[in-house]
Amino acid sequence: MRSGVLYRMEVPHREPADIVGFDFGSKDGERACAIVGSTRGNEVQQTYICANLVARLEELERAGAFAPNKNVLVIPCVNPHSMNVGTRFWPANGTDINRRFPGNAQGSSTERVANAIMHVIRTYKLGIQLCSFNQPGDFLPHVRVVDAGPISDESLGLAADFGLPYVMSRKPSPFDTATLNYAWQASGSHAFSVYSRATDRLDVQSARQVEEAALRFLVTRGVLSDTTPVGTPQAEPVLVRESDLVDVRTERAAGFLVSSLRAGDHVCAGQELAQVLDTRNARVLETLRSPIDGRVFFLRTDPLVQQQMVVFRIAP
Amino acid sequence: MIKTIFSAALPVSERLVIRKNRIVGAGGDGPRLALVTGIHGDELEGQYVAFELARRLGERLDDLAGTVDIYPAINPLGLSSHEHGAPGFDIDLDRTFPGSVNGNLTDALAHAVFSDVMGADVCIDVRSTSSYLQEVTQVRIDEQDAGKLVRIASALNARLVWVRVPTAVLDSTLAHCLNASGVPTLEVQMGSGMRISQDAGTWLVEGLLNLLEHLGAWTGPTIQLPPPMVSTGKNVATLVAESPGIFVPKVECGCRIRPGQVMGIVADPLEGVIKQEIASPCEGMLFALRTYPMVYPGSLLARVLRGGR
Repeated sequence: MRSGVLYRMEVPHREPADIVGFDFGSKDGERACAIVGSTRGNEVQQTYICANLVARLEELERAGAFAPNKNVLVIPCVNPHSMNVGTRFWPANGTDINRRFPGNAQGSSTERVANAIMHVIRTYKLGIQLCSFNQPGDFLPHVRVVDAGPISDESLGLAADFGLPYVMSRKPSPFDTATLNYAWQASGSHAFSVYSRATDRLDVQSARQVEEAALRFLVTRGVLSDTTPVGTPQAEPVLVRESDLVDVRTERAAGFLVSSLRAGDHVCAGQELAQVLDTRNARVLETLRSPIDGRVFFLRTDPLVQQQMVVFRIAP
Repeated sequence: MIKTIFSAALPVSERLVIRKNRIVGAGGDGPRLALVTGIHGDELEGQYVAFELARRLGERLDDLAGTVDIYPAINPLGLSSHEHGAPGFDIDLDRTFPGSVNGNLTDALAHAVFSDVMGADVCIDVRSTSSYLQEVTQVRIDEQDAGKLVRIASALNARLVWVRVPTAVLDSTLAHCLNASGVPTLEVQMGSGMRISQDAGTWLVEGLLNLLEHLGAWTGPTIQLPPPMVSTGKNVATLVAESPGIFVPKVECGCRIRPGQVMGIVADPLEGVIKQEIASPCEGMLFALRTYPMVYPGSLLARVLRGGR
């Protein structure tokens, strides 16, 4: 393993913002796979997963598990200065690095960071980004491929190699076009967004699940030896389009959100999913029910909910 | 007449409400102008413009032959808590249009606003620049809309019309979606974030009355200004910090600049040294200047319009 500063930004009155990378396997070998952790300051789980991957890959390297002439890069934290002060976005001006890709070497601060990261990772054939969602919620761990052009069809085929329960394809919204994942695919790499259950807290169980999935992917793609011990998936991944998910919203009420369900639970059509309670007297204002048989793909975990909020996304 | 165009319950004894003031002239039916502002909660310049336009029209309803809809607060929760985006959502509301009636609260809100503005003859979206800058009042127009919008912008008393090359990420702004749906919409950037520049606001109100006259909906007094400078990105020089430190300006926003003239410095408070002198690369008009002193490499310091009068 080698480590080094991939990009340094001098900032006022603080130590420089250093983005550190760890690379494994053949130093001058084929740039096989890059793994990027947090781009936001609250993506602690994503950095935690990367830190564990650094430890696991170091062990595997010592054990001779890397295929000859293959190189893997891990960047646990793209935005250390935000993480150190507990802000999700760039501390100087509140901008989101993951809306600044592919970046610009002469542009704004966050565009410079994005450009520097892209300059390094675009040379890798495969890319894994550990992502978070902008709503407080519990997701089924899954791999997501945003449709960024012809390369995405092939990426979708490769995504099953993670062995996570779901592979999701998504049609890009305008904002997607400025994300790391989209820019990475547009530069010619197969880029995957991998979602864990948590963002600003450590969920050790789902972190292990994602770590295993990343290592399994490296084994299947021939980067690591096929004797590398990685868990076997329980079932074939289900391919789902984001548009196939059925949303359940609070239609009439706001208040306390009470549910005993978790992401991954199976539900039946008509089954009660949650209740919305009046914050003054705990009276039931609305009962949310599943319109279909399926599996809870996402559920909102904020204890308060507004009217017209998507609380559940059910995978058929 | 105050009308509610969107309402949704919040958890504790409150509703999120989007309202508009519909002002109908005594002169009967006529064109409809929509004035939208407050999409970003830290941009307050439009608050004064909304107030002053409603006040001026209210005093002279006999001169109005048409309808003016004023939407002062598209992001009321952000405005009340100094947040750029929608509090609790980590979402820039101006990246959610045209919205969706079946989506999340922010999508449904965007859909309600978009639907209500649809059908207007012209829409003006009043924005402040970020709270880090001061800017000369300017109209920003996407290149593909320039043919139809520059003429409308000329009526607004803006000093500058900036025609930009659009990027895909801006396809979900209110202005883009309305223009794509046939409602000519101009985005006005002015002043500074978290502030009200009263003079600039008053001039924009004069511009809005000019525009109403231009639409055939206003017979009251107007003030005509020289037409704006029309710029493309090619004749805008952008200057950014290359060193961290504090930016100390040496000129004022809106002034004429000579080639080589120092517009400010980036200084290091610890060592007491100047890290960077910010000199103009050209002659022109300084139309944006940094006001927030702390800078990182890449922080925007100034924009100069080459040759601008």
